[in-house]
Amino acid sequence: MKHLNEEDLVLHYYGEGEPGAGEHLKTCDACRASFESLTLVLRAMDKFEAPEPLEGYESRVWNRIAPDLRDARPRGWQLVRLWLTPRHVTAVAAMAVLLVAAFLAGRVSQQHQQMAGLSGPVRERIMLVAVGEHLERSQMILVELVNNPSTGPVDITAEQRRARDLVDENRLYRQAALKSGDTGVSSVLDELERTLLEVAHSPSKLDSEEFARIRERIEADGILFKIRVVGSNLRERERTPQAAPAGKTL
Amino acid sequence: MEQSDAEAIAQIRAGNTDAFRVLVERHSRSVFRLAFRMTGNQQDAEDLVQETYLRAYRQIRKYDGRAAFGTWLYRIAANCSLDLIRARKRRQEQQTSVDEEGQELAAAVSDAPTPDRLAFSGELQSLLGPALNQLSPTERMAFVLRHYEGMCIEEIGQALGVQSGAAKHSVFRAVQKLRRVLEPAVSTGRI
Repeated sequence: MKHLNEEDLVLHYYGEGEPGAGEHLKTCDACRASFESLTLVLRAMDKFEAPEPLEGYESRVWNRIAPDLRDARPRGWQLVRLWLTPRHVTAVAAMAVLLVAAFLAGRVSQQHQQMAGLSGPVRERIMLVAVGEHLERSQMILVELVNNPSTGPVDITAEQRRARDLVDENRLYRQAALKSGDTGVSSVLDELERTLLEVAHSPSKLDSEEFARIRERIEADGILFKIRVVGSNLRERERTPQAAPAGKTL
Repeated sequence: MEQSDAEAIAQIRAGNTDAFRVLVERHSRSVFRLAFRMTGNQQDAEDLVQETYLRAYRQIRKYDGRAAFGTWLYRIAANCSLDLIRARKRRQEQQTSVDEEGQELAAAVSDAPTPDRLAFSGELQSLLGPALNQLSPTERMAFVLRHYEGMCIEEIGQALGVQSGAAKHSVFRAVQKLRRVLEPAVSTGRI
């Protein structure tokens, strides 16, 4: 049998190679050396593990997407609405609030437990990174809206869903910033929260005028510029912790 | 008795939205793992899971049952991941055109350590993450499906919507690139 090429070796590693490949490797030093080298690299890749989501992850996914599924129902399903009397709706809404509160409480307490064992500088660095990442996500939504080239009706359902998710996070970070006396960050987060709420609560399908008004509002407030400046400051503080204003933990 | 994917899909098509929950409960962790390995970021992965399910729901009538539902879902997740990566790239380009600082910020953002990245051990983080970032989105998806999800080449082709030959080529290209980047570290025992 001729020597195995790289493709043969990869297929053999994954159990999809030619039947004779294994036999050849037993007798050919060159191919075996190449295969061992390939094996080491691919085994190293095994160490790139995905984190395991927390318990109840599936339910959280369902709770987040369920409202959007109702919006996407085919016409025939409108009959189901007959079941949704005000009494049922109130009960469902109350359960949803409880679920969200439990989720947020779990997140906060988990963060506290995780943070408790960390030193001050490490804790601050993690917070800086987390807030910076949050600002980045928020900026992404706003930039996509501002730069949307559409001149006709626009569907912003996806942006709204992401904005809704970010509002809760934003509230936590704003409160943390306020508590630590970082008024600059808390003030920008406060403005951002209002913008995110506006996006989240707008109609999902906008005509060109409504969409233009949202864009103008984002641009007029200068929120994108402020986010960039705060994000840049946070990154600077990450790099040089001494750059943080005295007494600030965020 | 546990409902099968096919039964749940039949019910969804008949108008029972709640039947979709069965599919969410059954597949969301595996979709999350796939999304995380595509993005390297927990929050992006969670966003992708939601987007994947929303798209799957909207397109459920197009599912023809030729591939397993999980494979079909992976295909949607793959497309969502590609969209996210392209949007990220577009955003960085837009920022570049705004001003020079924008470019610096975009680069800083893409390199910034997220909590997930911080949690990942230092040495491995500095080697495996960048190694995967060398791959094109299609190569990365093909590799993730083959290496971590254990899919055969044919299934990967179905998930990516390409012929088996193209799927095989993507896996090879991915492994080649990873070897190029990681072999020096592996041979010196750093990982």
